[in-house]
Amino acid sequence: MDRSLVTAAVLFGLLLAMPFLLPLIGSAYLSGLIIKAMLLAIAAISLDLLIGHGGMISLGHAAFVGVGAYATAIALENGVDDIFLLLLITLAVTGLTALVSGGLALRTSGLYFLMITLAFGQMIYFTLTSLAAYGGDDGLTLWSLATVFGSNVLQSGNGLYYLVLGTLFATWWGVYRISRSRFGRVLRAARDNPERAEVMGYPVVRFRLIAYLIAAMIAGVSGLLLVQHAEFVSPALATWQRSGDLIVVIVLGGLATRNGAILGAFFIVIVEEVLGSFIHEWRLIYGPLLVLMVLFAKGGISHLLTPKGAKGYAS
Amino acid sequence: MSTLEIRKLNKSFGALTVSRDISISIGEGQCHALIGPNGAGKTTLIHQISGVLRPDSGHILLDGQDITQMSVSRRVQAGLGRTFQITSVLPSFTALENTAIAAQAKSGSSLRFFRDASRETALNEIALSTLQRVGLADRAAIPAADLSHGELRLLELAISLAGKPKFLLLDEPMAGLGRSESVALVALLSELRGSLPMLLVEHDMDAIFQLADTVSLLVDGQVVARGTPDEVRADAAARAAYLGENAA
Ligand SMILES: Nc1ncnc2c1ncn2[C@@H]1O[C@H](COP(=O)(O)OP(=O)(O)OP(=O)(O)O)[C@@H](O)[C@H]1O
Ligand SMILES: [Mg+2]
Repeated sequence: MDRSLVTAAVLFGLLLAMPFLLPLIGSAYLSGLIIKAMLLAIAAISLDLLIGHGGMISLGHAAFVGVGAYATAIALENGVDDIFLLLLITLAVTGLTALVSGGLALRTSGLYFLMITLAFGQMIYFTLTSLAAYGGDDGLTLWSLATVFGSNVLQSGNGLYYLVLGTLFATWWGVYRISRSRFGRVLRAARDNPERAEVMGYPVVRFRLIAYLIAAMIAGVSGLLLVQHAEFVSPALATWQRSGDLIVVIVLGGLATRNGAILGAFFIVIVEEVLGSFIHEWRLIYGPLLVLMVLFAKGGISHLLTPKGAKGYAS
Repeated sequence: MSTLEIRKLNKSFGALTVSRDISISIGEGQCHALIGPNGAGKTTLIHQISGVLRPDSGHILLDGQDITQMSVSRRVQAGLGRTFQITSVLPSFTALENTAIAAQAKSGSSLRFFRDASRETALNEIALSTLQRVGLADRAAIPAADLSHGELRLLELAISLAGKPKFLLLDEPMAGLGRSESVALVALLSELRGSLPMLLVEHDMDAIFQLADTVSLLVDGQVVARGTPDEVRADAAARAAYLGENAA
């Protein structure tokens, strides 16, 4: 039995039980924190498809969270509030954005790919700040939110919590299947040795672009859900620092291990929250803490939970 | 089975000309050997045929179809397989996975996102029988990164064979192998010969006499002699330019 499946079962079991446990300790604040961590984990798992499996280090992934969030917010502002329609719009807009930026960025690899994704991310960020009708720099507070068949179950109680959890699970499962599929195998081959993959008969760039599109659309969906949770969007969602946070999450959690991304996301959100409540300049402590984590938990948090013999297999 | 035709291929790196008006025609079931001193331009020619490098001028035809402008992967899909002089495998994949993914390229779409590829028995069977063929079956579960140099040379060949090529380009497949390993590999190639046409770059003259129907001698990017192995050996130019140099 794959150990990572056991870890995942425990993680998802805990998350599933949370809405029943939290009222016992009486905190709606905590459930908001968990939603935040889950949203971060969704975007991180999607980025891990690129970095962990595809070896494509993007420093602009948060831009797709921003694009998804703004697509949703703008649609909501214009009276579209059906969740399925919003999903369709989000997927289309993030997919199209990724097709353009990926099509260009994937002509390069390595450091150049990183630079171009960074540049695209910043372009998207500045585009969002220039949307004067939708709040510009300051962002936009939303007065109407998404509905499901006209009902507002996603706007109160545990509806949103379970939707986010369900999306996290779907992302986890989807990336798990992809990583073991024919497609995922080609993606890993292209990471290992792109020249050889090409001489095996695989048009490497096309496979990478498809992975890039999938990852961007998943990140877009986390943006959609983020709007629903925060009831607010701002261009800050798309900054490169956010993209950096996503990389930190997956490196901290362990590359190509979806559980790692979940653990990493919770770790970051909790540390931010705890440190942030003590001191204003919490990032001063956060930095050295990350360095220590990376040094001592080589291979990521999830590898600390893995028995010695089983290490080294990335799927 | 296929034919390969190279027409007036030219290629330079700046002032250095590595291919000068090279024309070679290899018919069905033929094994054509390419020999020449170090730096003659043999690997560069293989790169141009496989599409890794583009020629400055000239044409390459596979089965009469001009593939000069095709991408590397499309040439492979069209049936052109190759091995690398410097071993090129997927280090984090096991020997079996290396061959299975090569077989995957030729059996249906790889745009499949859900089924576990490692459990596709059809692919694994092709992979295992190919490993058997090159004598690596007992190393199937070993990651390529942990294989010995000789084993990697065999895996290199297995990867190319698993892709079911119609024409095979071999760049010094024997390089770095021990005596007995070389003998085994020559035996395998002579089995393939006849059913799989190939262009073989090789330094080992014994192997060439066993395998090749025809030979071209390349010096400074130019074919200076061609014919049967005996003819080329007898060719004075060849003796001066290559064989004599080897003997010295
Ligand atoms: N990308 C490149 N840029 C510039 N020069 C190159 C390049 N690739 C090869 N060369 C040069 O082209 C010449 C031919 O190289 P090539 O590798 O084709 O020789 P070869 O016949 O395969 O030799 P060997 O027997 O050593 O493998 C050499 O002088 C080499 O240095
Ligand atoms: Mg060479």
